[in-house]
Amino acid sequence: MTIDRRRFLQLSAAGGGAVFASALSGCANLGLGGASDFYFVQMSDSHWGYKGADNPEADHTLALAVARVNALEIQPDFIVFTGDLTQTTDDPNERRQRMAEFKTIVAPLKVRDIHYMPGEHDASLDRGAAFQEMFGATHYTFDHKGMHFIVIDNVSDPGANIGSEQLSWLKNDLEGRDKDAPIVVFTHRPLFDLVPKWDWATRDGAAAIALLMPYRNVTVFYGHIHQEHHHMTGHIAHHSARSLIFPLPAPGSQEKRTPLPWDPASPFKGLGVREIEAKAVPATYEMAEFGLQKT
Amino acid sequence: MTGASRRAALIRIGRLFGLLSLLDIASDPLALGAEPSASAAREIPIVAQRFFYTPNVIRLRRGEAVVLAFTSLDFVHGFNAPDFGVRADLLPGRVTRVPITPMTAGTFDFLCDNFCGEGHEQMSGQFIVA
Repeated sequence: MTIDRRRFLQLSAAGGGAVFASALSGCANLGLGGASDFYFVQMSDSHWGYKGADNPEADHTLALAVARVNALEIQPDFIVFTGDLTQTTDDPNERRQRMAEFKTIVAPLKVRDIHYMPGEHDASLDRGAAFQEMFGATHYTFDHKGMHFIVIDNVSDPGANIGSEQLSWLKNDLEGRDKDAPIVVFTHRPLFDLVPKWDWATRDGAAAIALLMPYRNVTVFYGHIHQEHHHMTGHIAHHSARSLIFPLPAPGSQEKRTPLPWDPASPFKGLGVREIEAKAVPATYEMAEFGLQKT
Repeated sequence: MTGASRRAALIRIGRLFGLLSLLDIASDPLALGAEPSASAAREIPIVAQRFFYTPNVIRLRRGEAVVLAFTSLDFVHGFNAPDFGVRADLLPGRVTRVPITPMTAGTFDFLCDNFCGEGHEQMSGQFIVA
């Protein structure tokens, strides 16, 4: 099975459209014989509850994204939300209210298999307490059609640590797996040091990458930086997704990570959701020749 | 191992064996944290509160050993200066001292790296090293 980013769906005032993107380096050869093709959708960083000039349409953007996904001709097998479902608030009741409103807005999604994970806006101020009440565990695994998915929580600690306990859990989950097994990791923050001075990093992310490194077919999808970005750590590919609230500047491109201003001439520019298509690779064969007599 | 982490490891070893002056000589080309003696270092008080540092522009001299003395008023803010390879948690109710010796002139960013609320992304500052 190969997994690649087949296309991006760009939200636009005109209704948007699918944009084809070529296969990503580092994603090939996630071989899994016998499995069928499938695709899933990544949605990220909706920041429900945000109010500000960087997205004057914030009250409608998440609903628009839901409509766009529902309009897909072939529905994905599942959807993953890679964090920052809601905009942070100091008020615990308001935090839960925003999460409840988020759930109401995404409830019309036709796809019922939805995997949620928190971002720092959802979880860092209460170490994930409200998120767990409303959505469940902050780190977990699941399997789908022969592919193993690992959700890593690098936000419930406000210091962006995965933590020794979760790293142990990750180590235990990986142990015994085939080194060629296709593994997909979802996180909110980048596991690698993208721009530490913008807090685009995970403090102990290198430890997670070290645990994943022996496995030859690992791909990481994350959010947090509100834009498409692709990076390799060795053979492991890391792909960030666009947000559903406002885009942020290219990594390190300016002094501050201030949002890109809303463009009334091109509303929703830079926002979007992602399709990821997993394809079965052609079968390969290993051959051994035997003579008629044992040697 | 990155330059910063290599430097931090060297400093830890230096603390053990009293080799700090040698480590300063062996420093990376960029401005990096060091371990000045407490008596020689100028102390710079900095207040951290949601969502800013006061002051947030700090002027230093190249090669000058200083101690940043943080007081956090309301949260376990972070202090992270990636170019210096130093970070610290700033616990309210105590002064957190961070020694640094910039070895290169320039402007270097620092930030709060403990998520502290809706203005967290703006909580940052700069060292200007002349």
